[in-house]
Amino acid sequence: MILFKDMPIRKKLMRIIFLISGVVLLVTCITFFFYELYAFRKTTTEKLSTIGKIIAANSTAALAFANQDDAKEILAAVKTEPHIVAAGLYDSEGKLFSHYNSDSTIDVFPTKPGKQGYYFVQSHLEGFQPVMLETRQLGTLYLKSDLGAMYERLRLYGIIAGLVAVLSFLLAFLLSNFLQKIISKPILSLAETAKAISNKKDYSVRAVKTGNDELGFLTDAFNNMLSQIEDQNATLQEFNQNLEQKVKNRTTQLELANKELETFSYSISHDLRAPLRGIIGFAAMLEEDYSSKLDPEAKRITSVIKNNTLKMGRLIDDLLAFSRMSRQDIKKTKISTTAMANEVIQDLLPENKNGHVKWIVHEMPDIKGDINAMRQVWINLVSNAIKYSATKQQPEIEIGYRDGEEETTFFVKDNGVGFDEKYKDKLFKVFQRLHSAEEFEGTGVGLAIVEKIISKHGGRVWAEAEENKGACFYFSLPGQ
Amino acid sequence: MNSELVEVLLVEDNSTDAELTIRELKKHHMANKLVHLKNGEEAIDFIFATGKYAGTRDVENSPKVILLDIQMPKVNGIEVLQKIKADQRTRGIPVVMLTSSKEDPDIQKCYDLGANSYIVKPVNFEGFAEAIKNLGFCLINPPPDL
Repeated sequence: MILFKDMPIRKKLMRIIFLISGVVLLVTCITFFFYELYAFRKTTTEKLSTIGKIIAANSTAALAFANQDDAKEILAAVKTEPHIVAAGLYDSEGKLFSHYNSDSTIDVFPTKPGKQGYYFVQSHLEGFQPVMLETRQLGTLYLKSDLGAMYERLRLYGIIAGLVAVLSFLLAFLLSNFLQKIISKPILSLAETAKAISNKKDYSVRAVKTGNDELGFLTDAFNNMLSQIEDQNATLQEFNQNLEQKVKNRTTQLELANKELETFSYSISHDLRAPLRGIIGFAAMLEEDYSSKLDPEAKRITSVIKNNTLKMGRLIDDLLAFSRMSRQDIKKTKISTTAMANEVIQDLLPENKNGHVKWIVHEMPDIKGDINAMRQVWINLVSNAIKYSATKQQPEIEIGYRDGEEETTFFVKDNGVGFDEKYKDKLFKVFQRLHSAEEFEGTGVGLAIVEKIISKHGGRVWAEAEENKGACFYFSLPGQ
Repeated sequence: MNSELVEVLLVEDNSTDAELTIRELKKHHMANKLVHLKNGEEAIDFIFATGKYAGTRDVENSPKVILLDIQMPKVNGIEVLQKIKADQRTRGIPVVMLTSSKEDPDIQKCYDLGANSYIVKPVNFEGFAEAIKNLGFCLINPPPDL
């Protein structure tokens, strides 16, 4: 059952009109009913009274001469009025002298006359009328009437009232149905317009004003708001376009800068390599052409010259790689982590010159990341693990993951030389190393690259280690 | 040099690189008839017998292989490559590009233009042999067995 407040306006109006019509009709009918009742009682009483007076007047002779036959005849005259059920004459002593009743029930008569006048008693009207001869009371007339006529009349009244009520309700229904439109149609039209506007998001439409009443005011206010929305939308659009243009310009600038940087770093590295080639080549030339003239110390010196030059070459390569990695955008696709890790291990195996490594590779979940970049991460971490556990008798490298609420953490664990945890903040910085170049070759860029890549993916890198026991490198990727 | 057979044309601006390359080839007896030019302009003149080589060179007398450095001033290796491959008479000469790193972005461009292969400097003989092996030609003085 819908609450009244949620009913459509049309239904609300009609119900209200109905209710009012109904109440008005009811009040009217009841008022008239009671009036009718009152009026009818009055007329009935008057009628009986009049009949009583007439019969009383006619009965003086019968009573004066105690003529019962005459009295009976006169009393019988009330037959003409079918509603009079009993008539009686009492003599001057109050004894019933003569009577008439329409149906035979004698104890209907009171034993002696009562007060003068007519009264409603139960379902009858009865009363006493003194029979007077000039100033002397000869006796009393008793008349009793049933109320059939009244009931008849009232029943008729009820039927008519009923019919009128039905007709009125019908009329009220039709009229209200028709006239409620005057109120509800403009409202519905406004509601429709509002709905259409909000559905199609077309704020250029305006509602039609149908009058200067409150609804008209509402329509004006509504149209005003629409204009404001339109204006604001236009302003927003403009801002948006401006912003987009700015972003486009900025992006173009950035792309250009990136490109320039790329070319710049490439040509720098190219120019840096050329002299290095010369140094190495000529040092080798010296060794080859003058080997007979060079003593072991001299040979060692040329060897140092060559090694340092080679190292410089590697530095240049690593720097270039690092710089390129920093500038590249990552493109995320689905990566099978376990497969990638195993591939990397396979690729690095030939370089693993120092004996057999025991590999423990757990099944790991797929991730979303940049294929090349993540591959580089695995290459760097795994080759580090190989390198730093090469000094151990039985190198063991474990690769696995831990599931977290918001991120998945992968780790590469080795049982190699580890590092002093005191310095672990330096681990992931460019060119920072925690071991000397004699112990382990390397330029110190590998972990910095890993850190750059992982942070581009929104994750973190960290490590734990114990000197000579081993190290474990972690990286986490969020939202996998 | 005029009508002699030129087997190797080395176009390299850096004299240190050139010296090392020639030394390497000499070691393996491939530098007998080697010409070293120091820039692209001269190389073009030499190959097409134009400019300062007009009259003293013959286009038909082309080198058996051209070692072309990519990065050179004024006219660089790529432009020379273009000219060589664009001309019917010279298109067939095998060209090996010399580059300082295998990640050189110009390498792809060279392949697109028809270079036959590339070597990363410094040129060592194994690399050179590998590069020309696939070209399926033999020098007049085949390299001695190594």
